Amino acid sequence: MLRNKAIIAGAADSDVGKTPHMSGLALNAQAAQRALDDSGLSLDDVDGLITAYSMTEPYFMLGSVMAEYLGIEPTFCASLTVGGATPGAALHQAAMAIAAGEAHVVLITVGENRATGQSRNDAVKALSHVGHPAFEMPYGPIVPSFYALIAQRYMHEYGTTREQMAHVAVAAREHARQNPAAPAAKAIEVADVLASKPISEPLNLLDCCLISDAASAIVVTAPDRAGDLANPPAWLLGIGQCHTHEHVTMAKDLTQFGSATSGAAAYKMAGLGPADVDFAELYDCFTIVPIIEAEELGLAAKGAGGQLFESGESRIGGRLPINTHGGLLSYAQAGASGGMHAIVEAVRQLRGGEGLRQVAKHDIALVHTEGGVLSSHVTIILGRDAH
Amino acid sequence: MDDGAADLPAPYLSADAGPYWRAAQEDRLVMQLCYGCGSYRFFPGLLCPKCGSDEQVWGPCSGQGTVYSLTMVHRAPNPAFRSIAPYIVALIDLEEGPRMMANIVGADRLETAIGDRVKVCFEARGPEIKVPQFVRVGS
Repeated sequence: MLRNKAIIAGAADSDVGKTPHMSGLALNAQAAQRALDDSGLSLDDVDGLITAYSMTEPYFMLGSVMAEYLGIEPTFCASLTVGGATPGAALHQAAMAIAAGEAHVVLITVGENRATGQSRNDAVKALSHVGHPAFEMPYGPIVPSFYALIAQRYMHEYGTTREQMAHVAVAAREHARQNPAAPAAKAIEVADVLASKPISEPLNLLDCCLISDAASAIVVTAPDRAGDLANPPAWLLGIGQCHTHEHVTMAKDLTQFGSATSGAAAYKMAGLGPADVDFAELYDCFTIVPIIEAEELGLAAKGAGGQLFESGESRIGGRLPINTHGGLLSYAQAGASGGMHAIVEAVRQLRGGEGLRQVAKHDIALVHTEGGVLSSHVTIILGRDAH
Repeated sequence: MDDGAADLPAPYLSADAGPYWRAAQEDRLVMQLCYGCGSYRFFPGLLCPKCGSDEQVWGPCSGQGTVYSLTMVHRAPNPAFRSIAPYIVALIDLEEGPRMMANIVGADRLETAIGDRVKVCFEARGPEIKVPQFVRVGS
């Protein structure tokens, strides 16, 4: 039981977008330095390090490589690979290590130079390997195809519409345009999403996330440090995981996923329910995904996730602001970075003071990270205070 | 899909699936049938994910199925697939229970919809290997 046993003391992103002058390791180090500055702690305080993985710089032991690059000698170190759910899984590991007394200050850093570290075709090729080498890849799917199969079935069973999915992209872009750290981009309308280049039907180009250079880091520590930090911490109130498959072919059902289980575990640990959530940062690699997650996490009734976005309720200023930084769709996505940007944004929003994009009520945040093809799920509930 | 299919990629061959590919080479679809619980399973593996038994036989499948979901791919992953784009990637629920991915091939492939009845056919990927594919037989 990890409720109130760990706090996020610092959180920050690297520069995001296109940074051809920086390696993936450098982006991670920049994010780490900023997160430590944000916490008021230093590299000397760090005794635990967790990294994700890198497609552009595929070191065999990325955790050890990162420790070497940062010049630290942690006594707890790991590199994790659960795709987009890696930041959530890393936070879970860090909290367990801290609660067990096996580490006191854990730095988690994820991300890579996915935009400029390889050519666009290589990026598409590398990402395709989420597919099964014998029973999926010979049929020519790309990553969007796996999610398109889910979207098509979801539309068939629940009547979710292309327009509702487009609203997810439109809202993300609007939020990103209020985020000074987001890459500059023009506003888009539903019609722009529907008219953008078809990728794998029903997903068009603007239904798909960015491919960025980006890293993101958090500093996790024990509540006994809460008094000596540079900024108010975010409290880990609940966290839960569920891993049901890796390949889309093996998913039992394309309308029910492990997010319901991970969410229920997180709510139970926190002693909270969906009605307590003030704002949510949901994984949005493709526009269908946050619609499904909102339903699975109880933030919308089954089949009503699309309306949450179409109605404007998910906008900043709405009943339940979602993806207030712009998400993977319009802020940044680089390997495992997307979910960590969501955690960073949640920490900032909980503190308050985010200007134009600050949400009105900011006591309880829900973050959902997802990897594979809605395969691996980690749900996180963070609080401005202990609960 | 028929033209130039031999340039499309061959599957990765794992020891788990030897009988599957040998049967495909003879235009037969086979899957593991569990002695423990009587269920067909796919992907192939040592243990039955339903009951844990390691006793199984490779049993014939009818090759008849229904389209569970599909996507028309426009942005192909490599030049071989680009030459046949757009094409259909589908998930097919076989009569025997397992779900598998394949392309829908045939002249009317782009008309495929969820719920369509399909049957297996086989497509060469080089001289030594064939992959199961499906054609529509009714909607």
